[in-house]
Amino acid sequence: MQRWSRFNIASIVIGFAFLYLPIVLLVVFSFNESKLVTVWAGFSTKWYVQLFHNQALLDAAWVTIRVGLISATIATVLGTMAALAMTRYTRFRGRMLFSGMIYAPLVMPEVITGLSMLLLFVAIGFDRGFWTLTLAHITFTMCFVAVVVQSRLLSFDRSIEEAAMDLGATPVATFLQVTLPVIAPAVFSGWVLAFTLSLDDLVISSFTSGPGATTLPMRIYSQVRLGVTPEINAVCTILIGIVAIGVLIASVVSRRREIQRVKDEQAAFAH
Amino acid sequence: MKSLGSIRRSFAPWADPNSVPFIAVKNVTKKFGDFVAVDDLSLNIYPREFFALLGASGCGKSTLLRMLAGFEQPTSGEIILDGQSLAGIPPYKRPVNMMFQSYALFPHMTVENNIAFGLKQDGMPKADIAARVEQMLKLVKLDKFAKRKPHQLSGGQRQRVALARSLAKRPKVLLLDEPLGALDKKLREETQFELMDLQQELGLTFVVVTHDQEEAMTMADRIAVMAHGKVVQVATPPEIYEAPNSRFVADFIGDVNIFDGTVSSAGNGTVEIATQTGFTVRVASTEPPAVGAKAGFAVRPEKIRVGRDRPACAPLNAAQGEIWDIGYLGDMTVFHIKLKDGKVVKASSLNAVRAVEDPLGYDQEVWISFDENAGVVLKD
Repeated sequence: MQRWSRFNIASIVIGFAFLYLPIVLLVVFSFNESKLVTVWAGFSTKWYVQLFHNQALLDAAWVTIRVGLISATIATVLGTMAALAMTRYTRFRGRMLFSGMIYAPLVMPEVITGLSMLLLFVAIGFDRGFWTLTLAHITFTMCFVAVVVQSRLLSFDRSIEEAAMDLGATPVATFLQVTLPVIAPAVFSGWVLAFTLSLDDLVISSFTSGPGATTLPMRIYSQVRLGVTPEINAVCTILIGIVAIGVLIASVVSRRREIQRVKDEQAAFAH
Repeated sequence: MKSLGSIRRSFAPWADPNSVPFIAVKNVTKKFGDFVAVDDLSLNIYPREFFALLGASGCGKSTLLRMLAGFEQPTSGEIILDGQSLAGIPPYKRPVNMMFQSYALFPHMTVENNIAFGLKQDGMPKADIAARVEQMLKLVKLDKFAKRKPHQLSGGQRQRVALARSLAKRPKVLLLDEPLGALDKKLREETQFELMDLQQELGLTFVVVTHDQEEAMTMADRIAVMAHGKVVQVATPPEIYEAPNSRFVADFIGDVNIFDGTVSSAGNGTVEIATQTGFTVRVASTEPPAVGAKAGFAVRPEKIRVGRDRPACAPLNAAQGEIWDIGYLGDMTVFHIKLKDGKVVKASSLNAVRAVEDPLGYDQEVWISFDENAGVVLKD
């Protein structure tokens, strides 16, 4: 093991400070007694209590969670289907165009995605609200799911599907009993990713939501314009907690898969 | 009770004009774009036969197997199984099962669930499934591993699970795609004999695809040697080895020395060929080519004698050369002998005695010779 040089310690401290100091500050001040955000006046959880009496914030949180659950689930179904089509039917006409079009939203500026969706909803006379918001979230999270699932499918051994059919399973039974269980970890990671992205989104939501469908990030943003309160800090701390748990679950799932793979390889080498 | 050997010897339905083939491949062609993988191929496979499709990679043998399983559809021609055309029947409705080269075990299922998979698809009652799974586990000697997942098994054990799974539904035909390819040499040899015993015991028809000629020779009742999507020769292993019908088969199966030449005389059941190497061979041949025709003479290394003394038959079926290389393999020794014109001939001799006094050494002048029935004439 190499000894820690001063330079290395300094790099780590500075790097992590850049990344986490603002967040730590936010979390710490969410437990501040004082109403002033930057002056420490003792520990208190009163902002958390007050938070649960702020109906507007609670409504926004509820909207966010509903949008997240629905959009992540539908995006996972659509994204998985797209990934299957992309990896299975490698020779259909316009495949390049199709794959490019699936991945374009990954790099598309959110403002453009948001604006174009807004224009569409206005053009077809779709009243903006909960469902336009959900649709927009499905649209932009779907491609992330497709990427995650596709990378799994590329290393998928098709012969196990053939084996299933050879043993009498219809294509549908093969998909449900063999393909889906094997790619399930990737599909789940895709869902978590989609849910987290939906939870965080501000720009696209601002364009596509309507009255009665304000999400938590939108609510926070509008409150912050009037001044940061410790209450906002408390909300953000909870959000950070949720996202951190999501990331943790996703990484544990993929870590498990990695351990499984190493185990398989070891078993293969042992004999 | 008849021994396995005598059953095998008397088993020759292909020689009986009245026997009905179990699988009939009729003029099957399979194209992938412009590439012709299988080219107007016809074959008959008989009930309880252990049939091997042998060829180099890309010869179309796997494509043919996949058409039998239903994963590919013939571009033209048809396949009949037990009197029924397989055209348009999807894999999950065919009474054949396949053992995959990669084994294709379901990674998320235990050994017993892997084996039960096909039975569950058929809606077999649970108790029957359990009984059948247990029986299959016993058959492949894996009863202690029922609850394991595939990644907790060794390569040989996985191979057995794959075999048990493909046999669980008692298919009419078992297709095996390079079944032993992933095993090491020793295990492969053991498993070859186990597969043969299993096939006899269950009375099934096996169709095995392999690129390993030794594997095909050991296991199969008959071998179809394939090249470029066509069958070059279908025959029993001894026929393929001792009487190859073409230069390709002679060269593909085992080691062989081929001498090219011109037929100088024919008749009385023998033919004489003046080889380009300078000596004349006299070979037994029932259908000799015409005098003056170009022909080849193929003789296996183990049928060539090597000695210091001029053989009695010389100058017929004998030539002089010097020992160029010696390969000692334990059970036998391989000599590379350079003839006067520079052609190198392979000869092998069995080391039946432990220590030979004054063995043949490098650069020694020797004579090679062989009997009249040692080799075959290859018509061009």
